[in-house]
Amino acid sequence: MAQIELSAIRKSFDGTDVLKGIDFRIEDGEFISLVGPSGCGKSTLLRIIAGLEPQNSGEVRIDGHSVDAVRPSARNLAMVFQSYALYPHLSTFDNIAVPLRMRRLSAIERLPLLGPLLPGRRAKERAIRADITAIAEQLDIAPLLRRKPGQLSGGQRQRVAVGRAMVREPRAFLFDEPLSNLDAKLRVHMRAELAELHRRLEATFVYVTHDQAEAMTMSSRIAVMMGGELIQAGTPAQIYNDPGDIRVAEFIGSPKINILPGRIRKDGGIDVLGTALRLACNATAGDCRVGVRPERIELGAGPFSGSVVHLENLGAEAFVHLAIEGAGLRLIARLADVRHLPAMGSTLAFGFASDAVRVFDPAGKRIELRAEQAERIREPAHV
Amino acid sequence: MSRTHSLTLRAILRHVLLIAGAAIMLAPFIWMISTASKPQTEVFSSELHLIPHHFALAENLREAFAKANLLRFLLNGVIVTISIFVLQIMVALPAAYALAKLRFVGRQTLFALVLFGILIPPQATAIPVFLLLHKVGLLDSYAALVLPFTISVFGIFLMRQFFKTVPDDLVDAARMDGISEFGIVWRVMLPAAIPAVTAFGIFSVVAHWNDYFWPLIVLNSEQLRTPPLAVAHFRNNEAGTSYGPLMAAAMVIIAPLVIAFLFAQRRFIEGITLTGIK
Repeated sequence: MAQIELSAIRKSFDGTDVLKGIDFRIEDGEFISLVGPSGCGKSTLLRIIAGLEPQNSGEVRIDGHSVDAVRPSARNLAMVFQSYALYPHLSTFDNIAVPLRMRRLSAIERLPLLGPLLPGRRAKERAIRADITAIAEQLDIAPLLRRKPGQLSGGQRQRVAVGRAMVREPRAFLFDEPLSNLDAKLRVHMRAELAELHRRLEATFVYVTHDQAEAMTMSSRIAVMMGGELIQAGTPAQIYNDPGDIRVAEFIGSPKINILPGRIRKDGGIDVLGTALRLACNATAGDCRVGVRPERIELGAGPFSGSVVHLENLGAEAFVHLAIEGAGLRLIARLADVRHLPAMGSTLAFGFASDAVRVFDPAGKRIELRAEQAERIREPAHV
Repeated sequence: MSRTHSLTLRAILRHVLLIAGAAIMLAPFIWMISTASKPQTEVFSSELHLIPHHFALAENLREAFAKANLLRFLLNGVIVTISIFVLQIMVALPAAYALAKLRFVGRQTLFALVLFGILIPPQATAIPVFLLLHKVGLLDSYAALVLPFTISVFGIFLMRQFFKTVPDDLVDAARMDGISEFGIVWRVMLPAAIPAVTAFGIFSVVAHWNDYFWPLIVLNSEQLRTPPLAVAHFRNNEAGTSYGPLMAAAMVIIAPLVIAFLFAQRRFIEGITLTGIK
């Protein structure tokens, strides 16, 4: 399988920089998600890896060899597209057969009328048929082999597209938002299937998505891209718990992380909404922003208070939207126990543990907190 | 209840107008069939009647086929229109693919030139092309009938517009699968563009089957004549025009188009809606 190395990849379209120097290394057998808002350059990066788009500068290396002068098909990567890109005039079988026929048959053997008459063609065609049947069994699409893409459902097309990618036994799989055309239920199902496929094939997967849930649930590592730069890469847990940048913190996690205005005092202590946290840092005094995830906000008691302006009960959990008086600020708290929902308009006290706090400087960079100060700022309470 | 089958005055008026329009459109064809069925004496009789007293279609047809080698002319028509269409596709598809899907310097300019080319009527270039063919020594040949039409700017434009609607992902998938750029044109774009190719084919075949102007200019030899020239052959200033056989011949040469239309009626209408041109 393959290890992919990107060094100083730059790309611009019509004078706009889409990629501003990407350095990244994808290890063999990894499931890596490139995640970011639309327009962050993640798809462009994938297309550069695939060879469909030439980079302006920088180098792509696969297994240590530069592939910059190598055509897409010769890079031996397979790609699954957002629209699946199945050939509409070919049956499922022929769709999956295309990459094999292109590779195994000579140009003369592929000729429409003359080709089938050539001596070696029969045996090769038999081998292709065997390979496709095996793949179809694996993906559960054997009954669909004779149908045209137009007669397949979204999930079936998705599977055929994966089959077309698998059949050539590529060095790595590239996925360009493959689930975004599916309905929500099917998306969750395909998520599990793709993750399972990765475990079974042990191949390198590069997966582009704007859906942080897909990235969190499937990948072994996530690379977050914003505005043409790769901001942070790490395991899903690292990215979620230890965001290095406020944009990463805001992008990953649903509902979004709560950002509160804060202030770093001269002695390194941190104030939030006029209340001092029992936390300190070594940063210079000035404004800062404090992030707390919704599930870390503890309702019922604490130094802060807000009024309930909206409730979202999802059955298994509920989200309470609180408006903070005087600050013009709203935040969201997750409530695990939906049997005791607060009343709309009621005022609730809340607080959070000090290890739930992530502090960012005005530029958005993470500020490290001093560990010895990290103790709980209040006793936990129940609502 | 009565609303469902009540004929309002408006509906009657509308149908009368439509029938009148249809009658005007069909009149020449009916007259052609009528004349083709009449013997020479009835054609020139002073009284006007549609149904011939003496039914002479068979004689007229026989005379038409005897007087001119109609089968040969029909064959010429088939050879010329098919060659033109095939060559047009061979030029237009790769050109349209490049204009729609490839990025290169000057693409916009080239496309503007294609649009400009549509504006030039064929008559405007007839004399330069004629002189060119004369210099090359190709006048009075199939090549003279076919070559000037092989590059159809309308075809390039039509196919380019259609290719624009083919998703880029499909082209990229083909590239990943190892299909060459020309391979993409023939194996991916052509099958996807069959409706557009059919529409263009209808325009091309009808235009060149019926073309009178260009064959008249470049041809001398009788055996190369295309169907419209064959009909003109029956007009004879010295011996007087024999209208019966002339109309019979006209019937024969439009028959292939009419039959093709009846078979491909739905495609034909689809094609016209597709191009938005009538």
